[in-house]
Amino acid sequence: MAAGSSRRPRAASRLRGEVLVIGGGMVGLTLASALAGAGLEVILVDRVRPESMTDAAFDGRTSAIAYGSQRMLAGLGLWPRLADAAQAILEIRVSDHGSWLFLHYDHRDMGSRPLGYIVENRDIRRALLAHLATLPAARVIAPARVVAVDRDERGVEARLEDGRVITAALAVAADGRGSLTRRAAGIRVTEWSYPQTGIVCMIAHERPHNGIAHEHFLPAGPFAVLPMTGDRSSLVWTERTALAPAMLALDDDDFTAEIARRFGDSLGRLEVVSRRWSYPLSLMHAERYVARRLAIIGDAAHVIHPIAGQGLNLGLRDVAALAEVVVDAHRLGLDIAQAPVLERYERWRRFDNLVVIAATDGLNRLFSNSLPPVRLARDLGLAAVNRLAPLKRFFMRYAMGLVGDLPRLLRGEPL
Amino acid sequence: MARAASRNTAARSGHSTVDPEEIARFTALAEAWWDPDGEFRPLHRLNPTRIAFIRDRVAAHHRRDPLKARPLRGLTLLDVGCGGGLLSEPMARLGARVTGIDAAEKSIHIARAHAEQSGLSIDYRHATAEALAQDIIPGGGGFDVVLNMEVVEHVANLDTFLAATSALVKPGGAMVVATLNRTAKAFALAVVGAEYVLGWLPRGTHDWRKFVRPSELAAGLRPHGGEIREFTGVAYNPITDKWGLSPDLSVNYMAFAVTGKGK
Repeated sequence: MAAGSSRRPRAASRLRGEVLVIGGGMVGLTLASALAGAGLEVILVDRVRPESMTDAAFDGRTSAIAYGSQRMLAGLGLWPRLADAAQAILEIRVSDHGSWLFLHYDHRDMGSRPLGYIVENRDIRRALLAHLATLPAARVIAPARVVAVDRDERGVEARLEDGRVITAALAVAADGRGSLTRRAAGIRVTEWSYPQTGIVCMIAHERPHNGIAHEHFLPAGPFAVLPMTGDRSSLVWTERTALAPAMLALDDDDFTAEIARRFGDSLGRLEVVSRRWSYPLSLMHAERYVARRLAIIGDAAHVIHPIAGQGLNLGLRDVAALAEVVVDAHRLGLDIAQAPVLERYERWRRFDNLVVIAATDGLNRLFSNSLPPVRLARDLGLAAVNRLAPLKRFFMRYAMGLVGDLPRLLRGEPL
Repeated sequence: MARAASRNTAARSGHSTVDPEEIARFTALAEAWWDPDGEFRPLHRLNPTRIAFIRDRVAAHHRRDPLKARPLRGLTLLDVGCGGGLLSEPMARLGARVTGIDAAEKSIHIARAHAEQSGLSIDYRHATAEALAQDIIPGGGGFDVVLNMEVVEHVANLDTFLAATSALVKPGGAMVVATLNRTAKAFALAVVGAEYVLGWLPRGTHDWRKFVRPSELAAGLRPHGGEIREFTGVAYNPITDKWGLSPDLSVNYMAFAVTGKGK
C-alpha cells in the first residue's frame, strides 16, 4: 500500500505494513491471521522466539474455547490444525462444597454441538504460528522488542530495540495485562487484585472424564477440573494467596493428596503430570480501548477472574470485532485507523466485556464465601437456575458466545 | 484558468513537486475537512455507501471481485468536484489512478496537503470539467471512470456540464452520478431539514431549483453516448445514524452509466 511512502523507506532497517500487532500471544496471533487472511499487510512483533512459545515450560495453561470462538477459528481455517488437540466439553457440573444442590449443563440441551473445548495454550500458539506462516501478507518479527511507538495523523512509527523501524497505519496492542504499549499511550486502567492465587497443573487419571468439566466451589474459590485429550484433565485451583505457597511447596504425593481431598475420587487414581504454575488473580479493565491509531485487545484491555473460563473468549471476540471494522474500512479504501472505525470497535466490545467482568467478579464474590446466609442464597439460586430451562439456556448461550450483536467471524461467516 | 491548468499539468506526477510551504499552510484546513465529526460530518457519514456503490458497480463492469485487494487497480478515474479529496483518496487506495478536479482553488490545496499526509499519489488540479476536456481529450482519450458525485445540482448549466464530463469518459468506460431529486420531499429533507433544522450543511448549500430528476439526468447523458444501467436511492436512517441504498429515488439518488464502445 501507498501509506507511508512519503517517508522514504531505507533498505532493510525500515519495514512497512498496514497493521502492526504488538504481542504474539494467542489473541495477537489470531488477529494477525484474520487480517492477513483478508489481504492486509500485517507485521507482528513479539519479545519471545516463536519456537519457545510452544514449549511446555513456557505456558502450561489451558484455555476454554467457547462454541462461538471455535466457529471463528474454523472460519479462519485454523481449526483443522487444532482439532486433534481439542477436547470437547459435553457437560459442565457446577457444585457447591458440602451441598447436594448443583447446576448441570448438558450440551444435549442445546442440540448436538459441544459446549466448548479445552485446548492447551501452546497447541493454540503452535497452530496459529503454522497458519500465519502460510499467509503471504503476514510477517512475524521475533524475538524483538518495541521501544517506542509514535502515532500521529500520518501513521504509526514503531522503533525496535535493534534500531529497525516499522511503519503502519494502525498499531494494535496485544501485549498482555502489563501492556507497555497501553501504558505509553496513557490509557488508564481500573484494577483490583483478589486475595486468591490460581494454581494450575495437569493431571492424568485412571478413569475417563467423558467430556465432563467440573467446577466445584470451595470456600477459597472455585476448583475446576477441565477435560483434556486422553485421560487427562487440566486443574485450575483457586487458593487463598496466604496458603498458596505452602501448597506449591508440597512434594508430589502430598500435593496430589490435596487435590484428591478437594475433588474426590470420581476419576479414580490421580497423578500430576506437569509442573505447577501459579499466578495471582486480579481484575483489570482499561478505561479506553482506542487512542489515535491504536487499538488494544485481549488481556491488554481486560483481565478477568478465571471462574467462568471466559478470558481467551473475550480476547477472541475483540479480534472478531476489530478485524471486521478494519477489513470493512480497508475494502472501502478508507483510512483503517480513522477515529470512527476504531470507535466502532470500542463501542462494540466495551459493553460485552463489562458484562462478563461484572458477572465473573460477582460469581467469585458470591462463591468464595462461607457465610451461611450467602451459601443458602446461592444454593437456592443455583437450584432455581437449574430448574428454569430458558434462563439456563440463556446462560449457556452466553457462555458459548452466541448472544448479542455478533461480528461475522463469530457467526461462523467469512470476514 | 488556463494558466492554473498548465501549471498543474507540470505537477501531474504526484506530490513530490508540490510546494512544501503550500502544504504547511493548508494542513490545518485539511484536518478540519477530514475531521469525521467536523463541518463535513454528513459527507463522512455518507462516504461508505457512496464508495461501496462505486466500487461494486465499477468492479462488476470490469468483471472483478470487489472484495479482493485493490479492486480498481490500474483504472484511471476522474473525481469531478473532488473537494478535499474525501472520495479521491479511497479510490486511490482501492487501486485507481486518480485525478481530482475542483473549481475552488482552496479545496485543491487542502486535498493536496492531505494526500501528502496520507502518502497517496493523486493528481489534483484546479480546473473545471470543461477546461480539462479541452486540455486532455486531444492527447489521451479519457478516463475509465468519471465520478460526478454531488456536483450536478450545483452547476450553472446542466447540459453543458454533462456534455463536458461525458466527453471525459473513455469509450466503454463508466460514469457514476450522485445528486438530489427535484421533489417536494427533497426540498423538505435536503434543504429545509439538512440546512435549516439539523444544521448539517451551511444554509444556501443547495438551491432546490437546480436539483435534477432522474429522467433529466438520463436525457442529458444519452446524446453523449451515456446509458444509465442503474438508479438507486440513498436513504438515511436516523436511528442507526447510517446511510444505505434504498429503492426510493425521491431525495438522494445515484446512477451508474456506461458509455458505448463506439462513441
